[in-house]
Amino acid sequence: MRSVFLLLAGLAAGAFLAPQARADSASAVVGKMQPLKTGADVYKHVCQSCHMPDAKGAEGAGARFPALAGNAKLASADYPVYVVLNGFGGMPWFSGMLSDQQVADVVNYIRTHFGNHYTDMVKPSDVAAQHPTIKSEED
Amino acid sequence: MTNAFRRPVATRRQMLTRIGILGGSAALYQAMTSLGHAAGTDFQGPPALSGGKLGTKVLVLGAGLAGMLAAYELRKAGYQVQILEFQDRAGGRNISLRGGDTLTELGGAVQKVQFASGNYINPGPWRIPYHHQGLLHYCKTFGVELEPFVELNHNSWLHSSAVFNGKPVRYRDFAADFTGFTAELLSKAINQHKLDDLVSADEQAHVVSAMRGWGGLTADGAYRKGAISSLRRGFAKPQGGGLDGAPVPSDLFAREDVMRSGLWQWMAFHERLDMQTTMFQPVGGMDQIGKGFNRQVHDLITLNCKVTAIHQDDRHVTVTYNDMAHGGAVRQAEADYCVCTIPLPVLSQLDVQVSGPMKAAIAAVPYASSVKLGLEFKRRFWEQDDQIYGGISFTDQPISQISYPSHGYFSDGPAVLLGGYMFGPAAYDFAGMTPAERIEHGLAQGMAIHANYRKEFRTGVSMAWSRMPWTLGCCSMWSEMARKTHYKALCEIDNRIVLAGEHASYVGCWQEGAILSSLDAITRLHKHAQGAA
Ligand SMILES: Cc1cc2nc3c(=O)[nH]c(=O)nc-3n(C[C@H](O)[C@H](O)[C@H](O)COP(=O)(O)OP(=O)(O)OC[C@H]3O[C@@H](n4cnc5c(N)ncnc54)[C@H](O)[C@@H]3O)c2cc1C
Ligand code: HEC
Repeated sequence: MRSVFLLLAGLAAGAFLAPQARADSASAVVGKMQPLKTGADVYKHVCQSCHMPDAKGAEGAGARFPALAGNAKLASADYPVYVVLNGFGGMPWFSGMLSDQQVADVVNYIRTHFGNHYTDMVKPSDVAAQHPTIKSEED
Repeated sequence: MTNAFRRPVATRRQMLTRIGILGGSAALYQAMTSLGHAAGTDFQGPPALSGGKLGTKVLVLGAGLAGMLAAYELRKAGYQVQILEFQDRAGGRNISLRGGDTLTELGGAVQKVQFASGNYINPGPWRIPYHHQGLLHYCKTFGVELEPFVELNHNSWLHSSAVFNGKPVRYRDFAADFTGFTAELLSKAINQHKLDDLVSADEQAHVVSAMRGWGGLTADGAYRKGAISSLRRGFAKPQGGGLDGAPVPSDLFAREDVMRSGLWQWMAFHERLDMQTTMFQPVGGMDQIGKGFNRQVHDLITLNCKVTAIHQDDRHVTVTYNDMAHGGAVRQAEADYCVCTIPLPVLSQLDVQVSGPMKAAIAAVPYASSVKLGLEFKRRFWEQDDQIYGGISFTDQPISQISYPSHGYFSDGPAVLLGGYMFGPAAYDFAGMTPAERIEHGLAQGMAIHANYRKEFRTGVSMAWSRMPWTLGCCSMWSEMARKTHYKALCEIDNRIVLAGEHASYVGCWQEGAILSSLDAITRLHKHAQGAA
């Protein structure tokens, strides 16, 4: 458990240290977190910070976190996989922070919860096929 | 091996010495500045804009530092300026929280700050490097008093859950041992002729002597327990006065633990240009800067305006907004030009009439997530029990760091510290919690560093930046690709609209970035407007 924990922290460091290296906290201080072994875990510890625990999103200053609950755009699994890997507008990219397995898990999770009932499942290999390389600025 | 002595081209230092000798120190300084060494960010002094055509109106969107500065300088240049701001306050991300404040986040959680009177936390910007000369210039001009922010404290704690039995160690002890052991290794390698291929005999002597002085080695090149090392890391029994005053040296850590702990990264941390001393903070809270700017332009600001659309044609810019002070009534404002400082996660979702490349640029920059915890304790136990006056303790737990107030030293009564400052995965995790859970996790993790944390705790507040409706994140996070493809398009004037803010700079996530971006944008806009006149 410990090693998974550290591994994730290591991965995260690669993806997140550098992009923020110019930032104040640049802090280069990237806290680590638990292993995230299921789609529900990934959702809870990553996605719900913006999309909210009930996946209903939220309304900001003329902009929003879109609801994933009952979201017709999840019909094709490729779309959420693409968004999670590459980011979308204000949403950060998670390529490099989440493993292919974790991306597949969370996409399967949101497509089968919150009023979504899709039955086709994404596999890590499907995710791998789409993998972008997003490089932070300072490497 | 000997080529260390036969360099074909003059080194920078040799060149400078030559200029210095010939031209005196003024020339040396100029030369250094032009080589980019003595200067900080590229602040060139305030712009001296003038001659704005009478009656030419500029709409500024957002009353953060970028927006307020644009308004200040453009009015001075002769323009008619109006600022539309979504919040019921000016300052944007420049903010401090005090007792009595209410913080409402997306998702609906409401926190009422309960700090004792006079106490505050800076949940966003909190420190200013000495070389952020643009920001410092306007602080001075607008009468914002600054005081030192203690960045590096040798007596703070470094904590790794996996090493030193999970116990925190003093920065001082660790730094002394890391430096000492490193110097000893290098010194030994040279003395045992293991670096003969790499270093000339002459240079070897210099390195050995440097290692001895720098690392605190004994005359025979060893780093060991004794007076020399203890005069860096502290004594087991401190130096005293009188009869029993003799100190007892302290034990060193095991070299292997020092090296594998990874804690050296916190030494490297303070070496970054952005983190070096001297660092400043405004007296009384970071929001004193926003207030200083606001004093200059408050008469230009209309608060509670939620901008939803920005349109332009050959003659005008038309901005549509909801007047939140009047039930969200839809209103429009017209101007000749527009300086838009709305953070990109918001702007990318608004109806903005700009060219394709600028639109793509606006959508290409995600924002990092960050969470800060402000915790108030009954007393300054870190000072009273631990002799920690300001500075930062670091941990490998999700909270990452604990930073002690750089002001109010030695005072009695409750005090506030920064109980966590998260980026990356830990920030997502904490932002997804309820405010009560964030504080609870902050306390639990803080206990690993301060055993009396819970006992002394009074109250706390957390700010999850992705849940602020007006930024939806902390700061811009440029990828290499996005910078290459989109940065220019983001900064270019699009007919009558120009963007400004932290995101339109290479000093991202610093207030200096907002300042420099704003000055650059309005300088170009002024030129553009004069060309059009
Ligand atoms: C956690 C954290 C730590 C930081 N640490 C530091 C530090 O130590 N030192 C430092 O110098 N900098 C630091 N920064 C960075 C600094 O805060 C920013 O770079 C700077 O304040 C940005 O100023 P700005 O004017 O570009 O944007 P903002 O201050 O965000 O201004 C944008 C304005 O637009 C308004 N707005 C948004 N949507 C709308 C809408 N639809 N209609 C109308 N108005 C709208 C917002 O309410 C806001 O007032 C930190 C930031 C964060 C979040
Ligand atoms: C920091 C905030 C943030 C986090 C964390 C985040 N998102 Fe998003 N997400 C957004 C924003 C903002 C948008 C909308 C962007 C836009 O419309 O401009 C979005 C859009 C999406 C969309 C597209 C929805 C649509 O209707 O087009 C999907 C799918 C999505 N997110 C899934 C996820 C998943 C899964 C996670 C967790 C791995 C996640 N997001 C984490 C902010 C976030």
